[in-house]
Amino acid sequence: MHATATYPEPVLRRVKVPAPIALLGAAEAPLDESTTKIATEHVSIRYGRFVAVRDVSLQIRERSIMALIGPSGSGKSTFLRCFNRMNDLIPGAKVEGQVCLDGENVTDPDVSVVELRRRVGMVFQRPNPFPMSIYENVAYGPRRRGMNGRRQLDELVETSLKRAALWDEVKDDLRRKSGLALSGGQQQRLCIARVLATEPEVILMDEPASALDPVSTLRIEELMRELRKAYTIVIVTHNMQQAARVSDVTAFFTMAEDRAGYLVEVGPTGRIFTRPTERLTEDYISGRFG
Amino acid sequence: MVQLTTANRLASLRTAPGLRERLDLPRRVVFLAAVSMIGIVTLLLGFIAWQGIQLFVKDGVPVGQVFSATWQPDATSGPTNYGLLPFILGTIAVTALALLISTPLSVGLALFLSEVAPRWARAIVQPALEIFVGIPSVVWGWLGLTILVPFLHDTFRHDFVISLPVLGDVFRVPGFLTGFSWLAGALVLSIMILPTITSVSFDAFRAIPQELRTGSLALGTTRWQTIRHILIPAALPGVLTAIVLGMTRAAGEALAVQMVIGSQPVLPRAVTQPIETLTAAITLDMGNTVFGEPWQDALWTMSLVLLIISVASVVLVRLINKRRMAL
Repeated sequence: MHATATYPEPVLRRVKVPAPIALLGAAEAPLDESTTKIATEHVSIRYGRFVAVRDVSLQIRERSIMALIGPSGSGKSTFLRCFNRMNDLIPGAKVEGQVCLDGENVTDPDVSVVELRRRVGMVFQRPNPFPMSIYENVAYGPRRRGMNGRRQLDELVETSLKRAALWDEVKDDLRRKSGLALSGGQQQRLCIARVLATEPEVILMDEPASALDPVSTLRIEELMRELRKAYTIVIVTHNMQQAARVSDVTAFFTMAEDRAGYLVEVGPTGRIFTRPTERLTEDYISGRFG
Repeated sequence: MVQLTTANRLASLRTAPGLRERLDLPRRVVFLAAVSMIGIVTLLLGFIAWQGIQLFVKDGVPVGQVFSATWQPDATSGPTNYGLLPFILGTIAVTALALLISTPLSVGLALFLSEVAPRWARAIVQPALEIFVGIPSVVWGWLGLTILVPFLHDTFRHDFVISLPVLGDVFRVPGFLTGFSWLAGALVLSIMILPTITSVSFDAFRAIPQELRTGSLALGTTRWQTIRHILIPAALPGVLTAIVLGMTRAAGEALAVQMVIGSQPVLPRAVTQPIETLTAAITLDMGNTVFGEPWQDALWTMSLVLLIISVASVVLVRLINKRRMAL
């Protein structure tokens, strides 16, 4: 499935990961192959002196959808960005603790960020297609790592667009139409196709539907359920119905009095939305928050 | 009840607008400003065009003569020939070489400032560039005259020759005679246009939405790949505009070039030799001529050629920007 064999294995330091402590979701939402894909251990993220996220430890199982919910400023997006080290781009941002992908600590300075980001793709809040044709948008990632064969690229572009449920709408003018000429929902699916073309294992989605209309949102959600069969997905969302509809496990974040975000509770989505154990969670999902 | 309110509102709208509303003074004032601006430009263009064709209309010089290579405007020393080709080609040659030197440096600097430099470095370089722009051209000319020209003369006095066995000399550039030269003019100009090209290209790079950078990097590309495949193509229209602006400035610069170029109305052949440009020739000869004589009319023709060059570059910038809008 993964094309890792064709690329040099990154120098990752092996880190001992504790056995999955309490995989809360396991009992209520059984999944096949419930192995841990991502595990964070006491992760804190600061911007300069400001602590954005404090001491978060959680595990994300392979081929599942984890939703991160919580009020604005609770550090969900910041936390999401430490999985593919997008926080590196922000001057002054510092991640403490361990973020393990398949048992390898990705915060290690030795880690190849380029390889990490290929394995952990990201979809942003606002669709950001490149100002080039639909075909070139999808082929961009593979081309940059040296894939040049015309037939190989054609095939990859087609399968990626099909998986992103965009192929039928764009197949007739792949090379002529600019990615920017698509509608917002189509652009977002193009961005998903672009990520799929790099053959990732994990897809991070930072409020992927918040800039879209309800119909497009529904299509993205259907797509996520479909992608879940092959990929591990982590989604940040403000929309609680969305979290309830698409995710297997939900993690609720909020912020302390000093404005540092922290994890309140994590569990199977069904339980979080019906019988949360924490008062804060209950207040938030029932709309009594703040 | 509802109907009554509607009727009232309609009635109040029907009252005649007041004097101030009808006069609309602000609109008239800005309209006047716009009209006078257009008027001034039209008169200026018309005057230069009129003066520029006097050489052909009044003095009876055939238009073809302008494109000959001999410049002999002085009627007191033999038959005249108003060949402007050395100046036209001189302007093109100096401008082209200046752009060749300055463009890679400027665009590289803009990329560095926009994509690589830490905030403190940008905070130093940007004001430095603004100071660069503010330095009067005579100062650059003087610096060129006192430092660059003697340096070129002292360092590269000998001919530069590439010799191969059997074939003999395949490449030969004569050494500097005096230091006043095509190269000296181009070097001075390249420094003068560097801040223009840099700051306009910098703006083009800054105008690229941050999402394109993060989008590319998040796909597992390196910073260089992102610059090469996303940022440079996206900024290209802006960078081309920057180069055209630099070109206009270089072609129009008179004083600094005139001080170092050597002022020889000959066709440009080697970068080490003195040549002459349109602007330098106008500044140099202006004082030697009398209003209305063919020599001065020839200078007006030079102005007309310069005007055509600058209008052409404005049109070029417009076309580039139009393409950018269409994207």
